[in-house]
Amino acid sequence: MQIICNGQRRDLAEDTTLAAMLAMLDLDPNTVVAEVNRKIIERDQYEDLRLRDGDRIELIRFVGGG
Amino acid sequence: MLIVNERPLPFRVGMRMGDLVDEIKPQADVLLLNGMVVGRDALLQDGDVCSLIHTGEIPSALEMEQALDARHSPEVQEKLGRATVGIMGLGGLGSAVAVSLVKVGIGRLILADHDVVVLSNIHRQHYLIDQIGLKKTRALKAFLVHINPFVAVETRDVKLDSRLIREIFADVDVLLECFDNPAMKAVALRTVLTHMPGIGYVGASGLAGYGSGNTILTRKIRPRVYIVGDDESDVRTAGSLLAPRVGIAAHHQANQALRLLLGIDEA
Repeated sequence: MQIICNGQRRDLAEDTTLAAMLAMLDLDPNTVVAEVNRKIIERDQYEDLRLRDGDRIELIRFVGGG
Repeated sequence: MLIVNERPLPFRVGMRMGDLVDEIKPQADVLLLNGMVVGRDALLQDGDVCSLIHTGEIPSALEMEQALDARHSPEVQEKLGRATVGIMGLGGLGSAVAVSLVKVGIGRLILADHDVVVLSNIHRQHYLIDQIGLKKTRALKAFLVHINPFVAVETRDVKLDSRLIREIFADVDVLLECFDNPAMKAVALRTVLTHMPGIGYVGASGLAGYGSGNTILTRKIRPRVYIVGDDESDVRTAGSLLAPRVGIAAHHQANQALRLLLGIDEA
């Protein structure tokens, strides 16, 4: 299946979860705000949310320091 | 016409500084005429700007207001004076943002942090050596009162989470995310986007090290929601946090907060 993440098309295996996709991108899920099809996803749903063909995903990743 | 302590006063030929002191501020012990220190017998000319200062005296609320109005304009100051701003995290970002916003005369600040001032904070955060060991909320409030005692500064000595963010900052006009921890930065943005629609928000990410200051930007990610930083300079990769670059990011945040309060929704 194909999704669009931050404007870029990506091929993913069927039933890939949001958490699995973040792991593929080498991102710590705790430091990422994820929006799937314009809905902000709560952190406790990342492991259960299965992505679907055509999903549009926006990720905002934070780095430390303040 | 003269300007004496920020206010216009009719000029009379032959007036001396001492006349002003007797008339306006008998306790004044430092006299400035157009910025220069002078004595009581200095002769005044029409158009002179005079300051009569009693060393150590705290100006009245009205005097502070007039000084801010004169510099920022009454229109701007009226908006800032009735604004409430929340600051989450009182480290290098949050303490600098708070100082900047108190200086411009924001009406009310709500400051939240649970940390204690330690020696390793002093190199970049607005705390004093003799405040080591105090709660940051208490220490920063004490510092801010020395800048402008007429700003209402409320403090919350708590470790913030999503629920507390919603409770504590429910009625702020603009909320500033100044956390150090990237997971908390994400928690805050998730909370705001999900539960606090319409609120002004300025977060930060990517400000470590001493890379170019010109790479720190303010980016708009949603209506009234902004993130400041270079998006990549992590403490782990770019090195420690240094006062200059953290300060650049903090002042981007403070400036964007100001812009939102003045009705400008652009970076």
